[in-house]
Amino acid sequence: MSDEYTAQHADEEHATDDEAAIQGRPYEISAARRGGLFGELVRDKLGFASALFLTLLALAALFAPLLAPDDPNRGNLSRSMASPVWNGGSWSNPMGADWQGYDVLSRLLYGARTSLFIGLLVVALAGTFGIIVGVISGYKGGRVDRWLMGWVDVQVSFPGLLLAMLLVALVGGTVWTVAIILAVNGWMVYARMTRGVVLSVRERPFVEAAEMVGSSPLRVITKHVLPNLVTPLATLAVLEFARIILAEAALSFLGLGIQYPGVTWGLDIARAGDHELFGNQWLIIYPGLLLSLTVLAVNLLSSWLRVMLDPQEREKRYAASVTDKAGGM
Amino acid sequence: MGRYIGRRLIQGLVVIFGVTVFVFVVTRLIGDPVKFMLPLSATPEQREARRDAMGLNDPLVQQFGRFLRDLVQGDLGESSYVRGTPALEVVFDYLPRTLQLVAVGMLLAIVLSIPLGVIASRKPGGTTDRVLTTLSLIGLSMPQFFLGYVLMIAFTVRLRWFETGPGGFMNLVLPSICLALPAVGRLAVVVRSAMIDELNSQYVKVAKAKGLTRRRILGVHALRNAGIPYVTLLGWEVIRAIAGYTVVVESVFNWPGLGFMASTAVKNQDFYLIQAIVFVVAVMVVLINIAVDIAYKLLDPRVKLS
Repeated sequence: MSDEYTAQHADEEHATDDEAAIQGRPYEISAARRGGLFGELVRDKLGFASALFLTLLALAALFAPLLAPDDPNRGNLSRSMASPVWNGGSWSNPMGADWQGYDVLSRLLYGARTSLFIGLLVVALAGTFGIIVGVISGYKGGRVDRWLMGWVDVQVSFPGLLLAMLLVALVGGTVWTVAIILAVNGWMVYARMTRGVVLSVRERPFVEAAEMVGSSPLRVITKHVLPNLVTPLATLAVLEFARIILAEAALSFLGLGIQYPGVTWGLDIARAGDHELFGNQWLIIYPGLLLSLTVLAVNLLSSWLRVMLDPQEREKRYAASVTDKAGGM
Repeated sequence: MGRYIGRRLIQGLVVIFGVTVFVFVVTRLIGDPVKFMLPLSATPEQREARRDAMGLNDPLVQQFGRFLRDLVQGDLGESSYVRGTPALEVVFDYLPRTLQLVAVGMLLAIVLSIPLGVIASRKPGGTTDRVLTTLSLIGLSMPQFFLGYVLMIAFTVRLRWFETGPGGFMNLVLPSICLALPAVGRLAVVVRSAMIDELNSQYVKVAKAKGLTRRRILGVHALRNAGIPYVTLLGWEVIRAIAGYTVVVESVFNWPGLGFMASTAVKNQDFYLIQAIVFVVAVMVVLINIAVDIAYKLLDPRVKLS
């Protein structure tokens, strides 16, 4: 409909069309250009803010034993539902206490510890296993490849959460068992991606050259193939880190993840949801908000990382910002 | 096409068989099906006698043979939590409410995500676009159970618009929204980028040059092609909903569906019921996967199924 198109809009469209011919990805350029330098800054600001938030959270988690005002598992009914400091409470429980007299701040800090630790552990475990399977599959090819990828296909179709719940119920929920179960459930993405990169790289001249001068397969893999994996894997690992934190929280929320005396946000949301839905709802909101913010920050960081690790993207952004300045938009 | 579907069905059988064997082995090796069947006061001798009576002390291979023979006859054993009822019967009692939830939730996701994605694709980088992208990112980052509590705090506790728990259609509203919202974010982003790609393609320019109305270009040509990645993701969303998200959503809202039953069965170590639930879920996942592939083919005749 013509009335939806102002003349200026049509001009802009031509401009983006031309760029489309050159760059092949018109919308990102036009998005960067319309957002202008400001949009560019905002995006970097978001990435920066996320990094800052996560660093602070990681430090808080690391030094939780020093920072926490109390043992997160020490209940004390005499301070049940104590008010936070800003509501006239005392500094011994800065964010108040819940109905069982657990110190809220201490539980939040130790919850961060659990979430981040599980995220790192699972990414390390699943990543290592997935990369090994992917390299073997891509490098060996043939029957080995078919079997391994068949395994991946079958396991991808498994109802992962149900099986994770079942396994946790059977072996018990500690940080380590939950981490291993989540890793068993989530290594397949790494295997697929690694295999894809290995397949595309191994036909390239530099790999053939290395093979021709007599490098051992191990040397070819570690020196020539794996370095190509760093960029895609870094982005994937960060995204998986966020997914794992959510998965652990969901399991713990269901009561089929980490259990007492473990402290986790998911478990605290469930406890408060059962007990305080009609009472002090802040007890649900604090851990929920912290969990959401953590995952949001990781997601933002991953998109920032994707741009920073891709030289072409970075160049495009730079070019877009320069044309903006020159154009005075 | 027929051969392709046949091959996919065989692949699906492998998946179902794999899941079934996995649950069987894990529950028999690590778990103790008798643990929750007898009262706490039962002596070890009584427990051992029960195990003997149920054939749980036979070699695993023999047990598995018996299990397969029963499975072929549609018998997955008796639930120990819902006492004296065949496990499959329990599953089919609870399944309809989960299917209701998934159907309403996914319908809501479709109805919201397509217009949102199309609107955002009109002006990439514009305000609407940025608001949408931000919202979908927040939807992705918010755990579903927390979203559920936020909805409940707002609409059940404060405004008192909806009740939650078992009940009629009104009680389904909040769980459906909770199930739909994260999916809306993911789906709308796909609609957006697919529409941008399509609107920049040659055939849309030709259609414009021929003087076709914007509505016709959008509705008939671009949207149809943008539908291909959309259908794939939608199938994935339905699978995830059935095989995972509903467990969480139903637990938050106390909606008595299969997901709620699944976590109850696991907590009570009702292994026969778990086996039946996992089996039925795996069958549904396989069938939906095949349905998505066929839909894919119907939308895009260029796709060769292989």
